[in-house]
Amino acid sequence: MLEIKNLNVTLEGDCGKVQVIKDINLTLDNKKIYVITGPNGGGKSSIAKAVMGIYPISSGRILLDGVDVSAMEIFERARSGIGYAFQQPPRFKGIKVRELLSWAAGSEDAEKLHELLFEVGLCAEDYLDREINTAFSGGELKRIEIASILARNLKVAMFDEPEAGIDLWSFQKLTETFIKMNEKYDTTIVIISHQERILRLADEVILVADGKISEITSHEKILGEIQLLDSDCIYNKDCCKGGRPNAR
Amino acid sequence: MLDDIDKRLLEEVADLHEIPQGAYNIRKNGKGIQRNTTANIDIITKTDKPGIDVIIKPGTRNESVHIPVILSQSLDDLVYNTFEIGADSDVVIVAGCGIHNTGSKQARHDGIHEFFVRKGAKMKYVEKHYGEGDGTGDRILNPKTVIEVEEDGIVELEMVQIKGVDKTLRDTIVRLHKNARLIVSERLLTYLDQTAESDITVELLGEDSTAQVISRSVAQNESKQIFHLNMRGYASCRGHIQCDSIIMHNAQVSSIPEITALDSNAQLIHEAAIGKIASDQLIKLMSLGLTEKEAEESILHGFLK
Repeated sequence: MLEIKNLNVTLEGDCGKVQVIKDINLTLDNKKIYVITGPNGGGKSSIAKAVMGIYPISSGRILLDGVDVSAMEIFERARSGIGYAFQQPPRFKGIKVRELLSWAAGSEDAEKLHELLFEVGLCAEDYLDREINTAFSGGELKRIEIASILARNLKVAMFDEPEAGIDLWSFQKLTETFIKMNEKYDTTIVIISHQERILRLADEVILVADGKISEITSHEKILGEIQLLDSDCIYNKDCCKGGRPNAR
Repeated sequence: MLDDIDKRLLEEVADLHEIPQGAYNIRKNGKGIQRNTTANIDIITKTDKPGIDVIIKPGTRNESVHIPVILSQSLDDLVYNTFEIGADSDVVIVAGCGIHNTGSKQARHDGIHEFFVRKGAKMKYVEKHYGEGDGTGDRILNPKTVIEVEEDGIVELEMVQIKGVDKTLRDTIVRLHKNARLIVSERLLTYLDQTAESDITVELLGEDSTAQVISRSVAQNESKQIFHLNMRGYASCRGHIQCDSIIMHNAQVSSIPEITALDSNAQLIHEAAIGKIASDQLIKLMSLGLTEKEAEESILHGFLK
């Protein structure tokens, strides 16, 4: 179980200090799939980055199975069982797909590496010995990134817009992979997404806007509301106060 | 004849765990100490200056020549080696230099290599430089490599210097004739107050000649590196230079590109980049469970591989 208690994150930007997370409280149970959604710049990725240790927290606590990981380094949180798939994964000159996945899996077992790439719709023979450099498309890079998370037996796996750049066939396979990962390894899955088909996977949907959680709800409810409301309104109920929202 | 230090140096510079099969010439402290020739590869001592002539018969295939140099005492060693790579042959030449300097005086090796790669021949040339020893004297390696590649010839150069050389001035000149092809892979690491300068000039003289030069370096501590990569197209040809450096600590790197087209059908590209290890690369590897140090080492190891 992952518990986020009174979490605040303030970052130093070009325009001075910006509070990107504002007193968030959240409990994520084992074996569940959560989808975090909300407007761009609302703080979705910031929550995941704070949990992974990429963004420093200003105040609050993060507990994994009751253990406070708030002061841990990124690698220590990773070893504790937290993983994060980047929205825009980095490229590495000289590092091959085989090496990255081996580091992630803690094993060079060829069968395992083949399986990981198959799960994300890539052919191991074509990809394992290629460098993770500019020759890869955004979609290929994204799939390798997801494979690097699948490689690890995580307690909490967070995916930041995993569907971006993925074709339809692979998208279908990806959703099956999330379900399998959740069921087989009891991994808590957190997916940051706006995609309807991703939302349908969710046991719970967490709406985040302006650095705060505005609602935790079911995908049935939120998808039903999307039928009725402008998408901007669904993320921020305050804008709809005082009047009936326009039906589409 | 070879002691433990020699054997270690040979392993570092030529991946030799024992005396190699095939043709070889081992030079130690300014003198040739062991040599073997084959039916297709002859090695002859020069009579007018220090060095050897390596003559590979036309049509020789799948053979190799090892010509490692060992310096285990302080001295200035100058050697001139000439290679005749016969037409339609396909060979590998391994020419590393290792210095073990425990003294206060410098140990220096200047290797001047001249290659003639004849029509249709293919040559892979591997050059590794390595230095060690707890002496205060500098370990200096200054290779000069001049290669003439005739029609349809293919040359692959793998030049690696990743440990222990205090000063180096590398000068590489390659001339490519009709349909000749060149692939250069240079890897360089400097640390402490080491200095390295690499000048690579490629002249694309013939129609349809092609060249690709990929130079990657890491500069650490107070070390300094300078790269002059110069490609000149005299005909319808294609050339690509990629020069990437990772800079760390208080190091300095200067990358000076030059491409010159002397024919309207010449296509030349130069890419150069100098920068720190990208923070997102470090974070990605740390998010897989590597410590910051492990992540940094993995990135550098991959970059210089």
